[in-house]
Amino acid sequence: MINLTDLTIKDAQSLLQAGEITSVDLTQAYLDRIAGIDDTLQAFLTVTADQALAQAQQADQRLAKGEHNPLLGVPLAYKDVLCTKGIQTTCGSKILEGYRPPYSARAIENLDAAGAVMLGKTNCDEFAMGSSTENSAYQVTHNPWDIERVPGGSSGGSAAAVAGRLAPGALGTDTGGSIRQPASLCGCVGLKPSYGRVSRYGLVAYASSLDQIGPFARTVEDVALILNVITGYDPQDSTSMNLPVPDYTAALTPDLKGVRVGVPKEYFIEGMQPAVEKIVRAAIDQMVALGAEVKEISLPHTDMALPVYYLIAPAEASANLARFEGQRYGPRISAGSMWDTYKQTRGEGFGPEVKRRIMLGTYALSTGYYDAYYLKAQKVRTLIKQDYDRAFEEVDVIACPVSPTTAFKIGERVDDPLQMYLSDVLSLAVNLAGICGISVPCGFDADDLPVGLQLLGPAFGEETILHTAYAYEQSTDWHTRVPEL
Amino acid sequence: MTEYEPVIGLEVHAELLTHSKMFCSCPVVDSTQAEPNTTICPVCTAQPGTLPVINRQAVEYAIKVGLALNCTINEFNVFARKSYFYPDLPKGYQISQYEYPLASDGYLDIEVEGETRRIGITRAHLEEDAGKNTHMGSYSLVDLNRAGVPLLEIVSEPDMQSVEEAEAYSRKLRAILVYLGVNHGDMSKGVLRFEANISVRPVGSDELRTRTEIKNLNSIRAMVRATEYEIARQIEVWESGGEVRQQTMGFNEETGKTYTQRLKEDSDDYRYFPDPDLPPLYIEREWVDEIEASLPELPDAKRERFVTEFKLSSQDATILTTDKAIAEYYEAALDAGGDPQAVANWVTGELFKLMNQDEVAVEDVKITPAALVELIELVDAGTINSTTAKDVFAAMFESGEGAAAIVEDRGLAQISDTGELEALVDRIIAANPDEVERYLGGKEGLMSFFIGQVMRETRGQANAGIVTQLFRDKFDALR
Repeated sequence: MINLTDLTIKDAQSLLQAGEITSVDLTQAYLDRIAGIDDTLQAFLTVTADQALAQAQQADQRLAKGEHNPLLGVPLAYKDVLCTKGIQTTCGSKILEGYRPPYSARAIENLDAAGAVMLGKTNCDEFAMGSSTENSAYQVTHNPWDIERVPGGSSGGSAAAVAGRLAPGALGTDTGGSIRQPASLCGCVGLKPSYGRVSRYGLVAYASSLDQIGPFARTVEDVALILNVITGYDPQDSTSMNLPVPDYTAALTPDLKGVRVGVPKEYFIEGMQPAVEKIVRAAIDQMVALGAEVKEISLPHTDMALPVYYLIAPAEASANLARFEGQRYGPRISAGSMWDTYKQTRGEGFGPEVKRRIMLGTYALSTGYYDAYYLKAQKVRTLIKQDYDRAFEEVDVIACPVSPTTAFKIGERVDDPLQMYLSDVLSLAVNLAGICGISVPCGFDADDLPVGLQLLGPAFGEETILHTAYAYEQSTDWHTRVPEL
Repeated sequence: MTEYEPVIGLEVHAELLTHSKMFCSCPVVDSTQAEPNTTICPVCTAQPGTLPVINRQAVEYAIKVGLALNCTINEFNVFARKSYFYPDLPKGYQISQYEYPLASDGYLDIEVEGETRRIGITRAHLEEDAGKNTHMGSYSLVDLNRAGVPLLEIVSEPDMQSVEEAEAYSRKLRAILVYLGVNHGDMSKGVLRFEANISVRPVGSDELRTRTEIKNLNSIRAMVRATEYEIARQIEVWESGGEVRQQTMGFNEETGKTYTQRLKEDSDDYRYFPDPDLPPLYIEREWVDEIEASLPELPDAKRERFVTEFKLSSQDATILTTDKAIAEYYEAALDAGGDPQAVANWVTGELFKLMNQDEVAVEDVKITPAALVELIELVDAGTINSTTAKDVFAAMFESGEGAAAIVEDRGLAQISDTGELEALVDRIIAANPDEVERYLGGKEGLMSFFIGQVMRETRGQANAGIVTQLFRDKFDALR
């Protein structure tokens, strides 16, 4: 008897198409597992059991008619910053408690049309601001490999759900590492598409020039299957690119002959856990064994990424979050005057990290500071992008760690924002440059905590990083390990 | 006492008559009529996660205005976020153009007391309108129908030196917007709003003193009144040894006074930055050229043509071209075969008189241009005289009936029957021997008395030409 929740999307799809299992069976299996385990993991903010079963029934009808669609009948989980029509979408914030959007995000609409089944909405740092999911106003999500540790963030709920087999795949969002870092810390695959690859319509904006929706799954192939559906031009997102959408699974071949891999010296930094460096370097050696040509490269502005990110992202956030004032949605805390109502609503609705970033951003955009902070940051951003442009003239893929450390203990960094920000020091620059990146499991440290290998490709180079990640993954068995829960 | 002159710059906010809003597909409706919050969607109510998309038609309209105002149309355009909190601004920021506007460095020529003045246009940029708040005492209502409607902000240089110039500028600008079909010009609908920047200085000086900015002037009339008041107020401040403070002001239409809203030091920091949801907009030269080639004839060109082609006086031509609908009415009458001067006389005379009297817009006038031509032809043909024609015109204005039908129904046709008129003339000569005597004695001015008698008898329907000739012949015979 197969354990349905152990199936990859690819394998589940074969069985669904063959009529050996139904989407209702598969969906129910996940709902049962969520009911059994999510009390421990706290990955979901909302479980949409009834709707999931209804969607599964519809999928089964389509399957019965012989429809072939790689995600038809496949259950997925969606990060709670993605709007879902009629279903509470909180962004992990009290300020949106009870908000039911009148529309669904374009990526989710596409998945709905493809016949995917929504299991529920996953926990995240409030408005995707954080690296541990501890900034959620609702609950703390636990790492399936060690429930005393964080799953990473901000898409920690999605990563924990996939790693803990509460969903075979999930959507997250990545503004500075929020897909790749939790994928690394939870031992699953997570891909941040190039900026403009996936429509942001319906993604509640944190930092509009950096945000991107992307998939989590247990294998590279499953990630490619989800990416196939969510990718594409959307006239309602002026920053989405009108480029052809390839079949990303077609790129998945097992050898790396002739693939030029660059290893940036700036990505092995002081303070990095030795185990992380060792494991990632071993993974790079494995790539050589598969035929890759490896060379050291330099991305000289890497150390500017953190300060640049913490000027640009909060600046954009300070405007993006202005709409949350309790007038049209979310709880309103009425006070004497209109202005007092605004202040009370925002004062009580937002958590401390969100307020910190709103203040940072407001300051960076203020008259007299704009040139010194925001504008200067934009200029350095261009330099960071040029670093990658130059690197990709020499190499096809860049290989490096995702995060300097494995999963840290819950509560360990909450009082030290700067230490928390350093979790993303190796992933931020990718968003600033608008390129794509993937985290693929590449080993475990002495505490049996997973480590991710980060593979970066040029803008719209998803096929290259998926191919490289796939070839590496298929030569190892890290992705087959299951956390004990 | 020092004599002062004002220095005035105007910012005009014109709603653009596009099909849909600036950044979403909601229709643009008359926000004074539509049921509140009926033309709204996730985008213009700023639901979380929604994104703006630039309205191509709004850009096209803005280019039209820019070209009509002799501006450079800039290839590189950036939309920026202007942040401030207010319930009618759903996103908490307005998307506007800041550093890189669509049009810049233009001008508008105006005429004041027969003199042409060139007013510089600093820039014209696209932005979105806010919603509308209605304050109900302890609470307020927000209507977002207007939120997101495209607005074109047209900023002048501080080139106007009198209220008359500010008014002429406003009227001319309004006419151009209506001619271009991008705004219907109806001030009562709030589709044109003004902000005036005002300072005063001693006549002959070229210094620029501290200015004040009066916001939310919803009509040209309000702008004129506010400007007049503010100029007088500033002069008084300087004259009494005080100093004008830089500030944002409001205007109370009931009291006719300006009042301080915010001093400069308390002004908002709007924290402008490029909207990351909208990549820079590049406007191709070819598109601008296409739009330029399709621009309609504008008021100045039309006026010139009316003078050269129809031999109208400059004054008539100006009056007939200031309002696009009037000009269209006039030209339609010429198309129907009307004589240019005769039609001009009727339109600027009787038609305007009755329109003013009954407060009727030209669009609602019941006399079609063709009907007016029919009336003129009846006069030319001698069927009615000009006095009767005015009565017929009034009847047409009232009922919309044709001229011939009214003349027929009411028996107003001019009496040109020489036999009938001769009998009448004989009767009047016989009944007024004293006047005849005096006329023959040289008092030829009495002719109008005799004609008047005939007109009285015929209720004005006698053909005055024939009657005059008959009297002359009779009197000659009596000499």
